[in-house]
Amino acid sequence: MLTSLYVPGHSWLHRAPVGGKVLGLLVATTLLLAWRDPAAPALGAVVVAAVHLGAGLGVRRLLAQVWALRWVVAVLAVLQWWAAGPREAVVVVGGLLVAILAAGVVTATTRIEAMMDAVVGALGPLRRVGVDPDRVALALGLTIRTVPALTGIAREVADARAARGMGRSPRALLVPLVVRAVRHADAVGDALVARGVDDGPGE
Amino acid sequence: MITFDGVGHRFGDRTVLRGIDLDLRERFVGVVGANGSGKSTLARCVNGLVRPTSGRVVVDGLDVGRQTARVRRRVGFVFPDPAAQIVMPTPAEDVAFSLRRAGLSRSQTTARVEETLERFGLAGHADHPAGLLSSGQRQLLALASILVTEPDVLVCDEPTTLLDLRHTRRVAALLHGLPQQVLMVTHDLELLGGLERVIVVDEGRVVADGDGPAGVATYRALMEADAC
Repeated sequence: MLTSLYVPGHSWLHRAPVGGKVLGLLVATTLLLAWRDPAAPALGAVVVAAVHLGAGLGVRRLLAQVWALRWVVAVLAVLQWWAAGPREAVVVVGGLLVAILAAGVVTATTRIEAMMDAVVGALGPLRRVGVDPDRVALALGLTIRTVPALTGIAREVADARAARGMGRSPRALLVPLVVRAVRHADAVGDALVARGVDDGPGE
Repeated sequence: MITFDGVGHRFGDRTVLRGIDLDLRERFVGVVGANGSGKSTLARCVNGLVRPTSGRVVVDGLDVGRQTARVRRRVGFVFPDPAAQIVMPTPAEDVAFSLRRAGLSRSQTTARVEETLERFGLAGHADHPAGLLSSGQRQLLALASILVTEPDVLVCDEPTTLLDLRHTRRVAALLHGLPQQVLMVTHDLELLGGLERVIVVDEGRVVADGDGPAGVATYRALMEADAC
């Protein structure tokens, strides 16, 4: 669902300005990648854990996030060890893990609306070179809106498959899912046209 | 006022509309017909979603084919499936999206959004994910997002098809209370019966054009004749 990544709260990090959080994330991850030493992910991990707990997100959520990444970490660690040695494996995989956790902390403490406003604000100066911030916001909004819409379609298609007694046929799931997703996209396109999205600026 | 002047339309080699001449001046006009009769295509011609292959449609003096952008700003359009016409994640954002070109300040926009959601009974859902609203609430939101821009004409293509009786009546009451001219395509005979003008479409032609009870009677006769 829309807000599944956001954890409602009133901590200092929830109240911090979105721009500051995104900028901080950018600086932290850049440093993490630039400082090619095993100390970087170690220090990063301590900082991320401290910020995570400081924002009231809890130990359980932090451990769950690490656990969710276990396969990615395992595969990358093996590959890096084999290709570049143990030290490089710790730097690259550790850095990646810390960066993902840090991004997760920002996502968990920032509402989507606030994030969209920040994106539109930040893109404002790019208007002069032809970037339309409203278009970017629309694309973001549509993406977020489409996730539950597609989940709903997938559920209906799976139900229809079960009702027809084709419980395991991948074709009975994928074909109608794709067809209905395209039809949904068509309908959304019509609605956008009808709401004047392609009209250009007002007269 | 909506005028159809010799409108015909083909999808490939299938003719879906032929020789449509209509002068719609009434405040509330209903359109009814079988599935595939061409009634949705007829409705879509009014805001240029469908461009007729022959003839022309004029809305309040504007030629839909030539002045499409201006027409679309005057004509609001409601689709059968409200899920597809809500483009933003939450009701408040979706209504605000309609106002993005209105030149309002942020606080004015917020005020308009709140007042509109209140009017449509959605004030308590302003920041809920749109996916969690019921079909009825979604259709009310779709209407809210369209009417907040104050169009002159509202075209509704089967607006109550997916709704329960309570939401159907609520939407109908809302549409009847509007100052706008409304053109509504529907299969709901209860909604058509009280209208002063109902157009019956069959196989791409207008086969009856009269008051509500007459339209409903023609439509029933058509459907029952086909069933035999």
